[in-house]
Amino acid sequence: MIGNLIGVLFDGIAYGSLLFVISIGLSVTMGMMNFVNLAHGAFAMLGGYACVMLMTRAGVPFLATLPVAFLVPAIAGIVLERTLYQRLYKASHLDQVMFSIGLVFMSVAAATWFFGPSQQPVRLPDWLRGQVHLLGLDLGAYRLFLIGVVIAITIVLTLLLVKTRFGALVRASVDNAVAAAGLGIDVNRVFGVTFALGSGLAGLGGGLGIDVLGLDPTFPLKYMVYFLLVVAIGGAGTIKGGLVAAMILGVCDVAGKYYVPQIGSFIIYFLMVALMILFPAGLYGRRA
Amino acid sequence: MTHRFFPTRRRVLQGIAGVAAAGILATPAFAADPLKIGLILPLTGPFASTGKQIEAACRLYIAKNGDTVAGRKVELIVKDDTGLAPETTKRIAQELVVQDKVTVLAGFGLTPLALAAAPVATEAKVPMIVMAAATGMIPTRSPFIVRTGFTLPQVTAPIAEWALKNKIKRVVTMVTDYGPGLDAEKTFVTVFKAGGGEIVESIKTPLRNPDYAPFLQRAKDAKPDALFVFVPSGEGLAVMKQFDERGLKQAGIRLIGTGDVTDDDLLESMGAPAVGIITSFHYSAAHDSPENKAYVDAFMKANNGMRPNFHSLGGYDGMHLIYEAVKKAGPDATGEQLVEAMKGQKWVSPRGPMSIDPATRQTVQNVYLREVKMVNGKPWNVEFDKFENVKDPG
Repeated sequence: MIGNLIGVLFDGIAYGSLLFVISIGLSVTMGMMNFVNLAHGAFAMLGGYACVMLMTRAGVPFLATLPVAFLVPAIAGIVLERTLYQRLYKASHLDQVMFSIGLVFMSVAAATWFFGPSQQPVRLPDWLRGQVHLLGLDLGAYRLFLIGVVIAITIVLTLLLVKTRFGALVRASVDNAVAAAGLGIDVNRVFGVTFALGSGLAGLGGGLGIDVLGLDPTFPLKYMVYFLLVVAIGGAGTIKGGLVAAMILGVCDVAGKYYVPQIGSFIIYFLMVALMILFPAGLYGRRA
Repeated sequence: MTHRFFPTRRRVLQGIAGVAAAGILATPAFAADPLKIGLILPLTGPFASTGKQIEAACRLYIAKNGDTVAGRKVELIVKDDTGLAPETTKRIAQELVVQDKVTVLAGFGLTPLALAAAPVATEAKVPMIVMAAATGMIPTRSPFIVRTGFTLPQVTAPIAEWALKNKIKRVVTMVTDYGPGLDAEKTFVTVFKAGGGEIVESIKTPLRNPDYAPFLQRAKDAKPDALFVFVPSGEGLAVMKQFDERGLKQAGIRLIGTGDVTDDDLLESMGAPAVGIITSFHYSAAHDSPENKAYVDAFMKANNGMRPNFHSLGGYDGMHLIYEAVKKAGPDATGEQLVEAMKGQKWVSPRGPMSIDPATRQTVQNVYLREVKMVNGKPWNVEFDKFENVKDPG
């Protein structure tokens, strides 16, 4: 029974880690620009496809494709931000939602056109497959790897935001964009770079997630709710909030499906309602 | 959720009026008119592979057998219903009947979609060929429905009997929580229990389910002899991967199921984890017959090396049934006459011998037991036993 519990916790944390990598960019950009970007999942999908195409068409090994899974969506992110998103920062939330959901549908259709409608296969290196026996527990090797990657990303991100000049600019812009602009910070530019970073991370998550979440053209729609839940529960604009929310969601989703499979997939929605009543601004949100 | 257009009220009224009118007039067909076949399939969305397979098979049939039958030119009108919205399928069916004046409706990827279109077929007296949707009761919903695919109970019973004979005593079932899944579960549990087997647990997973891992972990911890799985075609890969990663095979649990899990369309990309899975099904691309060899070769040649799967056969045999019915009932036949002509048809399909049960309008066909094996470096469903002329157990 205890073994089960630890197994469920482990799987949940691995699942939460993935949600965190994909959603964190959304959380930060939403907090900074107050822009509702439903198309965030499309960047994750782009990363996933970059990964798969390199692997299947060019024979690049899995780990070597991950930097590309980061770079391609990051570049796509900066291009789209400069050309399209930027025009809508001042627009109403409805306009933003319509625009970004439109992008989602376009990405779904484009992915179907280019890559076909079916699930994409991914071949992991042998050392990442199967299970590892640790302290009498069977842990999925790949999930262990995922957790490791996320710990690394979290540390790097935190250092980036807390220790560097760029981090200071980002924090200032999130806290108060108007005052930051008044101090001579080019908020637009900071936002553009942050957007690219967030898109890149989503892409990395998409690539890492193929083996767990799958990858097909409906990816951005299928998981949109999960990404938004992370932001809603964690509170927009914080890394800590996103991390905690992603872990809670991951663990509760897995636990619900394991212990009460009859209603398992409903648990997270119940959780969201409960948490939103208790913390209307999110666990770590600052805006009421 | 995929893109959906909501019909305007006027459209709906037109549709209703049109269907009503078509019902009263029972539009006579004229030999000079083209024979229009309205093919409604999920060509986008999560079930798009089903649609692509069927469309490719229908086109292949026309290419092989000519585009005229009994003096009428055959015209295929293909429509995408996205696979998720029954009301969309119904609207498309209405439009095809009213505006395009189709002689036959065909396709239908999933059960809810077929059920939504059934009243349209009844009202308009248009034969409706269900090529994919696999819940048993579909033909009871309209006297105009004829099935050329299969039903889940039909292909599920044999695997339960096989399991009983092969020292599998305790089974966990895991099915997708919708019509066909419940059908599969019910059939398996009934047959398996009647034979003295024990069902340890029955797990149902939601239709739109991202992650099978927790469910599979639960199945593993229940320590059964085998796990019986039914998931819609296309989801098999995800199950297989997790089955492999979770080490269920190493724990001595066998994976058994209906052939949906080892869908020929996806089997190649599943690779090694699929090897050893035992399934029962009505079609394998590796079926050993001259008809099938010719079919698989032509299909792969016409479709960039894509392997035909069981859904493609629903399309291919559906076209065959339409052709034969038109030949038998004559080019001017009404919808009722066409359905009459379809009843009792018998032929040798690439899947093996099959016929249409005149009483239920269901498919009667052989169900084969297959094991996934590597042949020339690629996994195939290799048949090793068969149950002949299996009817839908109803």
